[in-house]
Amino acid sequence: MYEHLETAENAAQLKRVVIDPVSRVEGHGKVTLLLDENNKVQQARLHIVEFRGFERFIQGRPYWELPVLVQRLCGICPVSHHLAAAKAIDQLVGVDPENLPVSADKLRRLLHFGQVMQSHALHFFHLSSPDLLFGFESEQSKRSIIAVLAAFPDIGVQGVKLRKYGQEVIRMVSGKRIHGSGAIAGGINKALTRAERDYLLQDIEQMIAWAQGAVVLIQKVHCSNLPYYDEFAGLRSNYLSLTKSNGALELYHGGIRVKNAEGDTLLDNIDYCQYNQYIHEEVRSWTYMKFPYLLSLGKENGWYRVGPLARVNICDYIDTPLAEAARVEFKAHSQEALVHSTLAFHWARLIEVLHCAESIERLLHDPAILGGELVTKGEKRYEGIGVIEAPRGTLFHHYQVDENDIVTKANLIVSTTSNNMAMNESVRQVAAEYLSGQELTEPLLNNIEVAIRAYDPCLSCATHAVGKMPLQLELVNAQGDLVAKLLKHDTGEFEHAHG
Amino acid sequence: MNKTLSIDGQEIPFEDGQTIMQAATAAKVYIPHLCHHPEFTPHGSCKLCTVKVNGRNCSACTFPAAEGQEVLNNTTDINEDRKKITQMLFVEGNHFCPSCEKTGNCQLQAVAYHLNMLDNHFPLFYPQRAMDASHPEVLIDHNRCIFCTLCVRASQEQDGKNVFALSGRGINKHLIVNTPSGKLKDSALVADDRAAHICPTGAILIKRTGYTIPIGQRIYDHHDISDVSLTTAEAQHDH
Repeated sequence: MYEHLETAENAAQLKRVVIDPVSRVEGHGKVTLLLDENNKVQQARLHIVEFRGFERFIQGRPYWELPVLVQRLCGICPVSHHLAAAKAIDQLVGVDPENLPVSADKLRRLLHFGQVMQSHALHFFHLSSPDLLFGFESEQSKRSIIAVLAAFPDIGVQGVKLRKYGQEVIRMVSGKRIHGSGAIAGGINKALTRAERDYLLQDIEQMIAWAQGAVVLIQKVHCSNLPYYDEFAGLRSNYLSLTKSNGALELYHGGIRVKNAEGDTLLDNIDYCQYNQYIHEEVRSWTYMKFPYLLSLGKENGWYRVGPLARVNICDYIDTPLAEAARVEFKAHSQEALVHSTLAFHWARLIEVLHCAESIERLLHDPAILGGELVTKGEKRYEGIGVIEAPRGTLFHHYQVDENDIVTKANLIVSTTSNNMAMNESVRQVAAEYLSGQELTEPLLNNIEVAIRAYDPCLSCATHAVGKMPLQLELVNAQGDLVAKLLKHDTGEFEHAHG
Repeated sequence: MNKTLSIDGQEIPFEDGQTIMQAATAAKVYIPHLCHHPEFTPHGSCKLCTVKVNGRNCSACTFPAAEGQEVLNNTTDINEDRKKITQMLFVEGNHFCPSCEKTGNCQLQAVAYHLNMLDNHFPLFYPQRAMDASHPEVLIDHNRCIFCTLCVRASQEQDGKNVFALSGRGINKHLIVNTPSGKLKDSALVADDRAAHICPTGAILIKRTGYTIPIGQRIYDHHDISDVSLTTAEAQHDH
């Protein structure tokens, strides 16, 4: 662990190196490194410098707007927010997941498989493959999808088309590739027509074949660079995800499972509506992103990782045959222990692409997606919680409404937020192990970005806390002397101090 | 019927008592409008239907048709002015089409598309307007009100009630509910009232019905408002 690099004692005397912005991630973040006179890293932080504030400004809006409004959090994984919010407002109209009409449930799942597939394909091929195919410290001009298309045209085109296919699944179900309007409280607003179903069916076999090829590719890349790929930015952590009640990989609906670094199951089949009995969030002064942790383990040890690595690590099996075979090979790599390699996120991510493609094919052959009951409702409730496995990990939406159907309270724990501590630890590890003591160059600094990128963070999704942020305001005169200081603690209390 | 006027050089017949808007609509000539509705007394407030009659600006929805009028309607200059008016309507309220449940069925949005409005041009006012969700079935989102008074007229002229009114002047003008509390829940409005369905934007909405019409099946998804306005029944104005 490299926690000692979170805050340097003599920050003002240290040399500052900034990576701003962190590129090829979604949203805006920067990394600051503070170096001593020997270029030894004394402090390394990933800062999320943008602020969205959705938790606050959806208050006062009618609940049925939520799936459409909150999906604007993101242009990459809007469907995940759309569906998490929809699951929450299902409860507001008295519909629990088991009571959702079968057709609506299957259409939502189809929509979500399309989402995870396109997001993962975008991340691997467009954002990360340049690092993995050309090397982390390759020249800057090579680190883009354009260079991949030039050097490896087959891989590049397959990546673009895999993503496009996922987008087309989304368009068929929700009306638009980005920010559609499929899920409504208690169901979904349309079934697929036969023409739409047939349109998607015509390419699905090719997609499965390409997804299989992508798994082979990442496995080859990973295993031909051992032990480097296993150790780079690696850290032993807890893992959290939803699983089916029988332990299978689950992306749309399940119970919470947590395993510790040794692979012991700490929580299993937990009803996600009880999430706040198990998970709390901490705020820190230097970033807009919160730090969730498992209550039972405390702030220091309770942080955990979510996302593809967590899901593939802690599920017992995958219920589609090709992805399951890939998972078995993945786990064989670590002799059945949990895989802690941060770069193995990529491997797990592509196993999930394969699972999505297989699942889409299965659903396209299911007549339930072509019609039947689409919406139901029960007795009004005043609180709804929706949890889903978004591409980047477990996503929590929690809302309260008043008697007039207006949102009074909202809490979002966005996937990337859960990986906040881990990303910072990976940044510190890379800074300490690979950069410290060296003359820093742009290619060298890309190592830090490679570590962050492995998590596929969506920084714009993850910054919503209002009023909880500890802040420090300093008034300095023209001579540079501190005249006054105002501190706002994370409790919301203010403290005045004089220089 | 032998009296005519000309609109953009086209001879248009009319009957005594008709407005220019009525004559144009009967002849399948579209004049952009928002506060006009064929079933209700003209109000002449949104100014989108401004045309030039013998060189002078007039509201087509209120101006009587007369023999020999030379009306300019679909010209570049007039449409540019209409676009500016539409832009002002957008910036004066809080019209966020991407998440609005009226999107695709909204006349304000459809007119903006018709006029090729690609941005707001003017700075947004970001007004602070409350929402009235007190009624069990109907919601008022004042952020989207353009003060067309269609709800006022529908309530008075067709529902036989007097639920709505405008109050205040200039920039302080706002829609009010005619009850001592000012709350919709204390009014006589019921969800079946015409006034609850007449709003051309997303200001007055039936609760819990948002987003139920899939994208692709909404009124303006595949049709320009000029076609919808001229080819469908009068009730089509209500959505």
